[in-house]
Amino acid sequence: MIETFQDFFRSVADTYPKWNFIFFHDPSQWERVISGFYVTVQLSVVCVILSVVIGIIGAWAQGSPSRIIRWVVQGYIQFFRNTPPLIQLLFFYFALGQFTPTVTGPDGWTEQPIISNVGWAIISLSFFAGAFNVEIFRSGLEAVPNATLEAAEALGFTRAQTYTNVTFPLALRVSLPALNNNLINLVKTTTQAIAIAVPELLYEMVSIWNDYASAQNAAMTVLFFTYIALVGILAFGMNRWEARLHVPGFGKTS
Amino acid sequence: MDIMKGEVICIIGPSGSGKSTLIRCINALNDVQQGTITLEGYDVHDPKLDKLELRRKVGMVFQQYNLFPHKTALENVMMAPLKVLKEPKAEVEVRARALIKKVRLEGKENAYPGELSGGQQQRVAIARSLAMNPNVMLFDEVTAALDPETVKEVLLTIKELATDGMTCILVTHEMGFAREVADHIYFTDKGVIVEHGAPDTFFDNASDPRTKKFLGQIL
Repeated sequence: MIETFQDFFRSVADTYPKWNFIFFHDPSQWERVISGFYVTVQLSVVCVILSVVIGIIGAWAQGSPSRIIRWVVQGYIQFFRNTPPLIQLLFFYFALGQFTPTVTGPDGWTEQPIISNVGWAIISLSFFAGAFNVEIFRSGLEAVPNATLEAAEALGFTRAQTYTNVTFPLALRVSLPALNNNLINLVKTTTQAIAIAVPELLYEMVSIWNDYASAQNAAMTVLFFTYIALVGILAFGMNRWEARLHVPGFGKTS
Repeated sequence: MDIMKGEVICIIGPSGSGKSTLIRCINALNDVQQGTITLEGYDVHDPKLDKLELRRKVGMVFQQYNLFPHKTALENVMMAPLKVLKEPKAEVEVRARALIKKVRLEGKENAYPGELSGGQQQRVAIARSLAMNPNVMLFDEVTAALDPETVKEVLLTIKELATDGMTCILVTHEMGFAREVADHIYFTDKGVIVEHGAPDTFFDNASDPRTKKFLGQIL
């Protein structure tokens, strides 16, 4: 079965030399694609989760009575929203990376920075998407009518109880469509981690076509389809979640 | 202004005269600028008073119902006893179902607020407040946003509550209802109580010119 598959792509490469799907018939190249794909998925999942957590905490902190906390959150948003994510990646890795402590590597003599390039990519991309998420959740929180919160207050709910039982569930429903967009963008932005040599899918694909120029068209085609599939899965999941949280008579007017 | 247990009080007056502010002060949703409110020995605006403790004893129903839109009617009624009083779920559910029956919404337990009419939502809101077993109920123009047919169902529910001996303080524009149910009526204008009295005396023999003018316009 696998042989037939490999033979087919080998013959494609022979017939059309510009369409060498080398990773489909050379197992060692296939492994590079798979390892790149795996890093991309890891990076995406971790960044999506962290950026949502940052968004929730940030939106909550924006409502803080302390002016200093509000300023800090506002400063964070302005910085990360108004600068290109590629520059943020480079800045984190090359600038901040110099000042982090180092540890001795597994070989016993090399010194490695405590935060690897993958670590910096996670930090930088999560904060980048998190800045947008703060604004997304804030708009959700602002859409919750004060009167509804007053009703909770009148029933004797504490501030925290009101937040977890009323404010947040309602704000989340309002925020989901915008959150969906931003998370999709985040998954696509993970490709920029190539700039700090994170071995994600784009990095591996570029390496392959640098080694085998004939694989360039094929690699780009596969990249497009892989991202369509990845983003498709995320969007599908988000839409399902939105549908599950849908409440008759709230939000969408039926 | 003294209110006895089991009494039904109606507060009427032109808009902006301070009726809502007055009752919102009773459960500390608004702050008092002057004077004091004492509820069963509690000084409501003592800064040391636990406001949450107070609010558990005072039920409040709003003009716009303010139900939790993401919860069903039953969940709306159960939420406060479950989360605030931390009572066991099974017990709360029994009580909540009984309350929903009491406000004549049997069969609507699993409907979301968005699926209910205004009058039905308002009755869920009343049941939600009652679930906390309050000692007094505040009604802030609860029928003002309803259409005439549904006003009746809500007023009937409130009337039953009053008959059961619940202390009720209502801000209302329903003069006929006020006359029928109230033990005492207060008329406010520009932030002060202008006149008060038993319903019959109040409606038939109002003495203050402002009261007379208001009643003349409305009746």
